[in-house]
Formats: sequence, C-alpha cells, structure tokens
Amino acid sequence: MKIAVAIDGSENALRAAKHAITLAQYFPEAQLEVIYVADYNKAKDERLLSQSEESLLLKRKQKMDPVLELAHTVGVKVKTTMLKGNPSQEIIKYVNTEAVDQLVIGSRGLNAFQEMVLGSVSHKVMKHVDCPVTIVK
Amino acid sequence: MHTFKQQWLGNVRADILAGIVVGLALIPEALAFAFIVGVDPRVALYASFTIAVITSFVGGRPGLISAATGAMALVLVNLMADHGLQYVLAATVLTGIIQLILGGLGVANLMRFIPNSVMLGFVNALGIMIFITQLPYLRGNDAMTYLFAIATLVLVYAVPRFFTAIPAPLIAIVVMTGIALMSGVSLQSIGDLGKMPSSLPTFFFPDIPLNFETLKIILPYSLALSIVGLLESLLTSQVLDDMTDTPSNKNQEARGQGIANFFTGFFGGMAGCALIGQSMINIKSGGRGRLSTFTAGVFLMFLIIVLGDVVVKIPMPVLAGVMIMVAATTFNWGSFKFLKQAPKTESLVMLITVAIILYTHNLAIGVVVGVIMSSLFFVAKISRVTVTSDAGIYRVKGPLFFASTTKFIQSFKDIKEKEIIIDFEDSQLWDESSVGAVVKVKQKLEEEGGAVTIRGLNSSSEQLYGKLL
Repeated sequence: MKIAVAIDGSENALRAAKHAITLAQYFPEAQLEVIYVADYNKAKDERLLSQSEESLLLKRKQKMDPVLELAHTVGVKVKTTMLKGNPSQEIIKYVNTEAVDQLVIGSRGLNAFQEMVLGSVSHKVMKHVDCPVTIVK
Repeated sequence: MHTFKQQWLGNVRADILAGIVVGLALIPEALAFAFIVGVDPRVALYASFTIAVITSFVGGRPGLISAATGAMALVLVNLMADHGLQYVLAATVLTGIIQLILGGLGVANLMRFIPNSVMLGFVNALGIMIFITQLPYLRGNDAMTYLFAIATLVLVYAVPRFFTAIPAPLIAIVVMTGIALMSGVSLQSIGDLGKMPSSLPTFFFPDIPLNFETLKIILPYSLALSIVGLLESLLTSQVLDDMTDTPSNKNQEARGQGIANFFTGFFGGMAGCALIGQSMINIKSGGRGRLSTFTAGVFLMFLIIVLGDVVVKIPMPVLAGVMIMVAATTFNWGSFKFLKQAPKTESLVMLITVAIILYTHNLAIGVVVGVIMSSLFFVAKISRVTVTSDAGIYRVKGPLFFASTTKFIQSFKDIKEKEIIIDFEDSQLWDESSVGAVVKVKQKLEEEGGAVTIRGLNSSSEQLYGKLL
C-alpha cells in the first residue's frame, strides 16, 4: 500500500502530513511518500531570493524537514520526492503513474491571491487523481 | 555532435509548439521596447528575430529565449535621443564584440560574485522603470484610455484562471483591439507611432563616421549594454537550469549573446539579451531544445510580415496595460519580506542598487556600485577578529588578513604577562599582512622582555608563516 502526501511548506500542509503519518501508523506495511513540487511560476523569484543554487536547494529541502522529523519521532519510514513544474499537474501525473493508493493533501496553500487567480491546487488534484484523496482542513 | 543533434531534434513537437507560443508572446513586448527607445517598431522586431535565430545556434543554454528587451531598451534611450538610430546600431555591434571577448575570457565565472541583493535591486529597478515608461501613454488622456488599460489588466490576470494554452496578454490584446475597432472609439494606436516591417531585415553598415569621436560616444553605452545583457542572460540561464534540472554552458551563452548582437546591429536591430518571462513561458509550454528558440524567432517574423496591418491597429492603452503586467511580474514582490529578514547590509545593498538605477537611469551603474558595496560589506563582515585571553593564553578567533590585522595588533597593546601563548586554532593566516602582524606583535613583546609562543596554526597558515618568515 502506498500513501502519499503532497506538501508545500505551509502550516496546512503540515497538518495534512500529520494525518498521513497517522494513517501510515495504522498500516504497518504501508509506504509513506512525501511529495514537494517546486512551482515553475516561482522559479525566478525563488532563485532571486536565494544566494546561490545551493542555498535554493537547501531551502526546498527544508520545506520537507518538519514532516520528516515528525515521521521519524513516531518511527514511520518516509520516501521523499521533489518534482518541478505546475504543482497540480505534477502531483496528478505522479500519483497516477506511481500507482499511489491514497493521497493526502492540505485544502489550501501559502498564497491566497494566487489561489484566487489560478484556482486551488487541492481542488484540481481531487478532480483528476485516480485514487481516493483525503483533503485536510 | 550527438548532443548537438539532440539539442535540435530531441523534442521536435513540443519545441515547435512552445516556439509558436513564445513567438506570439514576444510581439507585444518588442513593440513596447521600441517605443521606450524611441525607435521604429521595426528596429525591435528585426532584433527579436535575428537575436532569437542566432542564439538558437550559438547560445549555451538550449531553450533560452533572447530578443529585444526592456533592460537593453532603457540603456539605449539617451543614445537614441542624443545621436539617433545609426549610433544605436553601431553601439549594438560594439556590444556584440565586447560580449564575445568577455565570454572568451570566462566572464560567466564572475556571476558568483554578484550577490542576490544586487540582482534583486536590478530586477526591482527594472520593473519600476518599465512601469514609469508606460505612464505617458495613460496620463493626461481621456477616460476611455484608462478604461481600456484597466480592462486589459483585468483580462491579463483573469484569463489564466480558465485558460492557459495561449499567453493571456495575447488574448487580452486580441479581445481589446477587437472591442476598440468595433466600438469605433478613438484611441492612440501603434500605427500612430510607427511603421510595421513588410520584409525581412537586410544587411547594411550603420551610417556613422568610423573615427575616435564615434567610439567615444558609443563605448560607454556598449559597456553598459554588455553588462546588463550578460547579467540578465546569465540570470535567466540559471533559472532555466533550475527549472529543467539540466546544466548549461554560461560562457558559451555569453559568447552567443555577443555574436547575436554583433550581427543584429548590421541587420538594423537594437541590442537585446535573454528574456526571463518568455524563457519561462517556453519551458512551461514544453520547450526544451534549440528548435524552440529558433521557431519563436521565425514565427515572430512570419506573423509580423503577415499580420503587420492588423498589429498597427492595437491601441496604445492596451499595450500599456500589458506592459504594466510585465513590470509587475519583473518586480520581485518577495523583496519586502527580504528587507525584513535579510541582514541589514544586504537590504541596504538592494535599496541602494535600486536608488542608483532610478537616479541615473542606468542599470549597469547600479549593478557595479551594488557589487562594490556588497564586496566591501563582505570584507568588513569577515574581517572581525577577536582575541580573548585566559591565564596567558591568547586565543585568536576570525581570519587574519589585510583588513583585520589592525584590530589584531591592538589586542596586544597592554600585555602584563611575561610569557604568553598565542593560539591560532580558530583563525587562519591569509596573506603577507597577517604574517607581518604576528611577527610585529611577537617582536614588540620580546623587545619588552617577554616570551611568545605561537601555536595552533593550521597547515596552510603554517606553510605561509614559514615561507614568509
């Protein structure tokens, strides 16, 4: 059984991750995967706000760290995946090709304005993913 | 050659589709940049065509889109106003030569020395300046002008909510131009300001006297253009490297920019460089290879020749609306958070870079001053050296070099002990000055009848100490 949680470094995503970890604890044979998508639309701004390629890489890794720490404390093993592109499209593509059995995702992300303009990632993902989705408030 | 073939033919379908999208997206900005410089739209459109096509062959970052840009246009404004088009073309040729030489010397390796605070200052000032250049098309005009500009802006931001295959600015331009034509309102249009090209560019020599006077006029502009062009091109290459997880040859890109500008000047085009926005559109649309850039350039020229008569009907307030969006995207809105979180010196460097560019209207000067300032701040920061003493053991903390030796020597001013140990475990000797300072402290104390033991030098410090003593 494959459980995946998509995160973006927000508080809401951390709550989603907590739920995914709880789920994983109920299924000892389950494999938990944390997915982070580096958004193409933010590629320029993120690069400019980092001192170097290396510091950008570190910043992205740090988005996953709280989740990994949480999983580690309760003894759940985690696989991490970093993707690049349009967040909803990449999550959908990945979840459908990797045969994920259960996807957990936060209901809203970091930027309310972008959500207004581009629509919510969780909503798009929910519509196009083949497996059951848990949206965490 | 295998990889070169792959860079051209590895992604044909997606490259052609993305190239078409980018070709469309290049047009409005090329027109607006021509108006910024005060040249005919042809000068920017020809430039966009030749630069895109040439860099597709000789650039170092496949998928990078280069054409006429706002940053280069802003540098050219005064040259055009004071000396005219022929000098703009000559400056473009010279820019090409300078960039080619710099690329040959490995200029891209210097990008490391440009901190992101300076780059932030650069893009923010660029965004503000592009915004300012659009105001004359709005201010002092009738309400209809404002209405069209605002409606364009609303469309540009609302359309991507529902539809992303065609760039929103283009949809906005088509819709708003259609409304303007059908409703018959009278607005200033592109045709009122310049002519569209009806043929491909031709090769000719800029009509300028080939003498020292000319060089004196164009050289400062060419130097500024070289810096600005390379900076934006290399920044864009970095962004694309990150987006695609593939490396690129930055020095080849610098030389490619040079070759492109060199020939563009002879084809009647103004200097250009990489466009961050269009390059990102290319990657997002699936473009990865050289074919995407080539297609973008060719398709742009094709559209202009075929649709030139329609393009002249685009109302200026609509173009201004699109450009205000471009200015807003160029500006890095995360900078406000950066100002709060970053070290004070970095914030200061960013603000001063912006201020200098806005004051001098010269992006290159701002960048150069910003880099110098941040280097000085950096030296000041790492030149902090402290000496703490405990029972005759003096521990040195921090690197010892020309900028930190004074502080080091002062720390040994009033030593009471007869026998002391200076411990360099947390320090490093970097240069002659540092060895000199250690020797000076040692000598002075020994002259006063004391004994000094040096310990804890790491191996490279030891080596330097032994060599210079």
